[in-house]
Amino acid sequence: MASLAATFGRGAMTNGWVDIKNSDVIFVMGGNPAENHPCGFKWAIEAKKTRNAKLVVVDPRFTRTAAVADYYAPMRAGSDIAILLGIIRYAIETKRFHEDYVKVHTNAPYVIDEAFSFSDGLFSGWDEGKHEYDKSKWPYQPDEQTKAYKVDLTLQHPRCVFQLLKKHVGRYTPEMVEKIAGMPKEKFLKVAELVTSTGNAEKAGTILYALGWTQHSSGVQIIRAAAMLQLLLGNVGRPGGGVNALRGHSNIQGATDIAGNTEILPGYLKTPIGAWQTVADYVEKTTPTTLNKQSWASMNFWQNTGKFMVSLLKAQYGKNATKENDFLYSLFPKVDGSYAGYSWMHLFDDMYRGSSTKLGKQEPGPEGFLTFGMNPVAIGPNSPKMVAALAKLKWMVVVENHETETAGFWKAPKDQYGTPDAAQIKTEVWMLPAATFAEKDGTFTNSARWMQWKWKALDPPGQAKGDPEIVGRIFLAVRELYRKEGGAVPEQILNVAWNYTNPIAPDQGEVLKEINGKALADIHDPKDPTKLIRAAGQQLENFGQLQDDGTTMCGNWLHLGVYTEAGNNTQRRNNADPSGLGMFHNWAFSWPANRRIMYNRASADAQGKPWDPSRPGISWNGEKWVGDVPDIKPDSPPGQFGAFIMLPEGVGRLWSPVLNDGPFPEHYEAVEAATDNLLHPKVTSNPVSKRFSSDKDKYADRKDYPVICTTYRLTEHFHYWTQHQHNGRLNVTQPGFFFEMPEAMARQMGVENGQHIRVSSPRGSITGPAIVTKRLLPLTLAGEQRWQIGMPIHWGYAGDPAHTGPLANLLTPSAMDPNTWTPEFKVFLVKVEKA
Amino acid sequence: MATTQQGMEIRQSSASLRGTATGARKLPVVAKYIDTTICIGCKACEVACAEWNDLPPVQTEQRGSYQTMPTLHAQYWNLIKFNEIEIGDSLAWLMRKDQCMHCADPGCLRACPAPGAIVQYENGIVDVNPDACIGCGLCETGCPFDVPRYHARTGKMAKCTLCVDRASVGLEPACIKACPTGTLHFGNKNAMLEMAEHRVDQLHKNGFPAAAVYDPPGVGGTSVVTILAYGDHPEWYGLPKDPSVPASVRFWKRVLKPVGLIAMAGAVVAAVGHYLTVGPKEPKDQERPS
Repeated sequence: MASLAATFGRGAMTNGWVDIKNSDVIFVMGGNPAENHPCGFKWAIEAKKTRNAKLVVVDPRFTRTAAVADYYAPMRAGSDIAILLGIIRYAIETKRFHEDYVKVHTNAPYVIDEAFSFSDGLFSGWDEGKHEYDKSKWPYQPDEQTKAYKVDLTLQHPRCVFQLLKKHVGRYTPEMVEKIAGMPKEKFLKVAELVTSTGNAEKAGTILYALGWTQHSSGVQIIRAAAMLQLLLGNVGRPGGGVNALRGHSNIQGATDIAGNTEILPGYLKTPIGAWQTVADYVEKTTPTTLNKQSWASMNFWQNTGKFMVSLLKAQYGKNATKENDFLYSLFPKVDGSYAGYSWMHLFDDMYRGSSTKLGKQEPGPEGFLTFGMNPVAIGPNSPKMVAALAKLKWMVVVENHETETAGFWKAPKDQYGTPDAAQIKTEVWMLPAATFAEKDGTFTNSARWMQWKWKALDPPGQAKGDPEIVGRIFLAVRELYRKEGGAVPEQILNVAWNYTNPIAPDQGEVLKEINGKALADIHDPKDPTKLIRAAGQQLENFGQLQDDGTTMCGNWLHLGVYTEAGNNTQRRNNADPSGLGMFHNWAFSWPANRRIMYNRASADAQGKPWDPSRPGISWNGEKWVGDVPDIKPDSPPGQFGAFIMLPEGVGRLWSPVLNDGPFPEHYEAVEAATDNLLHPKVTSNPVSKRFSSDKDKYADRKDYPVICTTYRLTEHFHYWTQHQHNGRLNVTQPGFFFEMPEAMARQMGVENGQHIRVSSPRGSITGPAIVTKRLLPLTLAGEQRWQIGMPIHWGYAGDPAHTGPLANLLTPSAMDPNTWTPEFKVFLVKVEKA
Repeated sequence: MATTQQGMEIRQSSASLRGTATGARKLPVVAKYIDTTICIGCKACEVACAEWNDLPPVQTEQRGSYQTMPTLHAQYWNLIKFNEIEIGDSLAWLMRKDQCMHCADPGCLRACPAPGAIVQYENGIVDVNPDACIGCGLCETGCPFDVPRYHARTGKMAKCTLCVDRASVGLEPACIKACPTGTLHFGNKNAMLEMAEHRVDQLHKNGFPAAAVYDPPGVGGTSVVTILAYGDHPEWYGLPKDPSVPASVRFWKRVLKPVGLIAMAGAVVAAVGHYLTVGPKEPKDQERPS
């Protein structure tokens, strides 16, 4: 999501599930939607059947998605950027890109300052000591007259983004792609030809991806490369186009929207840093500005940050937040300067080492841990370290449906996980039984950003309770303790507004109303003070009504419109679709503002005419934009504002100077590199990628661990959950753990199909049956034959005893992307022996 | 199903002299439509089949395949068959939903010696009536698709009923309802064939010149209309190339049908003899193909 925000402005799927049916080319890479999103994948099939769309799949494994593809090409796990930059090079060289779109809707014409350079695998601004880039070394060049961005609409200026990009990708020739990715040149060229066939006004193509791209030490930059490719092909903002992040869980998009990550608050507001002492400070530091703050045709929607933040503080602290006390911003939780230290990867490293660096000082690691619907032992890398970390806690509270690997961490088999003796472990564990999704009301936000209400279907069993009640009871008890006993900063808790009809178990509709927000005083039209926009107490209807003076409250500005005076819009179920494009505006609510395709201004040309009249996103009728809910000021004529309203430049970023590892993507090997980097052997892996240094963080060398390994999911199971069902149907369809290995490798090792093999990394060792398959191909790397194998993740030591198995993460390393700290589960090194 | 489906006109019945059709109710022949070219092997149909038909879970083991078990089972009537086939320098991973084909000329029914144990309804569905089934297993020998299975606990034969209990009240079979991609449809056979021909035309234009509808004439056609991208190689999907009712089964039927009682006696003797010489049937070996 970080890369999509850095390129387009918002971190979410650009289009939607149903919209895939409007595509001419569906490019699947870094995902396996037939396997992991079978219901959404129906729209890809629909496009094949009704539009003769071409489904192109690139994957290290011939997957179930590949099984129904029109074209499949194999690759080496972790070579994604080389392939994508190779396609970008092909598009530029063969002029198979949408030039008119690129000139209007991207920063291709923008001129970059001389301070930027790239050589030997490093961008300018590299700090060898800190292992960081100074991003100020990647600036835009101002126009001498206007002081705003300098642009060259002919795209010929040698320092314009287009020319810099052309030079940057020039190295990724089909021959180089073949060498790096192990994809035969003719297959690469076929993929490139199919994908770039949409680089024009007539056709539209989509890219579908998932964790196969995110879980790399350069994961964010892989997605960046895909987003750039789609900008170049003119596929962003258009029906049938987009970069579509397929979210794995039913509500993972909702979790990120409401602040699922350490670095964000609800609605992707930045988490405050301690040094930002006031709301004014916060707004100044987090609001993006155009170059030199000169006037520039951009809505720069984040300029409303103050309204979003103050309305959030009003939701948090209610009447206690006043203009005079700076809306109690001082009490709001903050981080000490870097978000990295607060990622859950770092929390577990601190927990294991018993030490944490905060505000530049050493302090003890966490002693308590509350885990809510999360199973860190199973989902984190290097499971033995996860188990050992929990063993150092004083207490842990697990809120779950089942006893997970985390809840019973001390039961991890000692021979595999090195678990300390139970008698030595002092961790006191409480398990709070929680209701499942069907046992509580609430919303699911799907990949398409549709917030859909679901009604409770049955009562939770036994003492299990819904999350609102669990949170409510904990909050009320903690507040009572602070009231009675005081504590370090009791005001932080005592000032929180908790005005629910039933404070013990807040009604989810009431919470959604609070998320949407309401007017706290009469709000008048600034242009005409006699005109009342909202009366005090009324639910807000749109972003424009938010105020920064404390007269509105809003729990998440992004969701505004979800619960208006018209009612709970997530409950709408009208399946009329006058557009015929699958927009369904009266079905549930799609953030932002019930818009179905984001950046839809880019679906039309400079004059506001749709690129493809048979698939219009929005169009200008002379007075206003019509079609989908416009992603632009509805009455702003074409040319007034750029199509990417969340970015200060107002255009899509082929060049993005905000990520931690460079303004352009570059191919780096995984942290556990299977080979030298052919482009720059001195900088093999992503120089900014993160790893840990505890005694349990051991990384593999390719001499001892020559085989490339990857992990994935199976359609038959849901994460680490379904193996818990006793006598369950899904345990029949996939009864247990396995490896997959290439036929040629099995032949060489003398392994028969179904025979057990032992796979080891420096973290641990797993034995299991091997599926010997033609679907994994041998690779030649630097003239040497190499193998890649894989394993699904679904098993662990908890669950139905007939269906337990090894955690795949026993083998994976703590190697992380420098922007999101997502671990590299998709490429690591192992050795393979007969068991 | 304890008996034949109530309210369904029976067109023909095993080991009966004249059949039981009254001709009172005319029902169009129904069929399942299976487009293997868009099947993603998700197995939702397998689970839906087991759920709807209340089939208790079968124990399985991972022995080298994505396929749930090697072949159909008395408690597992719907199975996706996975086959990896190399075609030139490319690979196909073929997935086909295997179940009873509901032949127009059912070999099982021809082979069955127990009167009324296998029936064909007017709408083409072939069903086992456990009340009449003697568990002799002869239907297996008559089936060119290796479908009927002996159920050790009940002592009866078992197979897909095409959800006749659902079909008889106007619902699609459970497998069809569960399919997420549109691989499966259900309706009158003529409509299904028309849809299939349309899809095959599209496949011909999209790089599959040998795409074809599998509706084998050797068994009079089937109430399962299957679209194969490689229509010249049904064996790649685990389907016989030119299935027919075995000649021995036909002969048996023609010669012995006029003397039904003798046939029945023969059947009992055959069954007892089979039991004494071979012993009771075991569920099939669980070895899984790749």
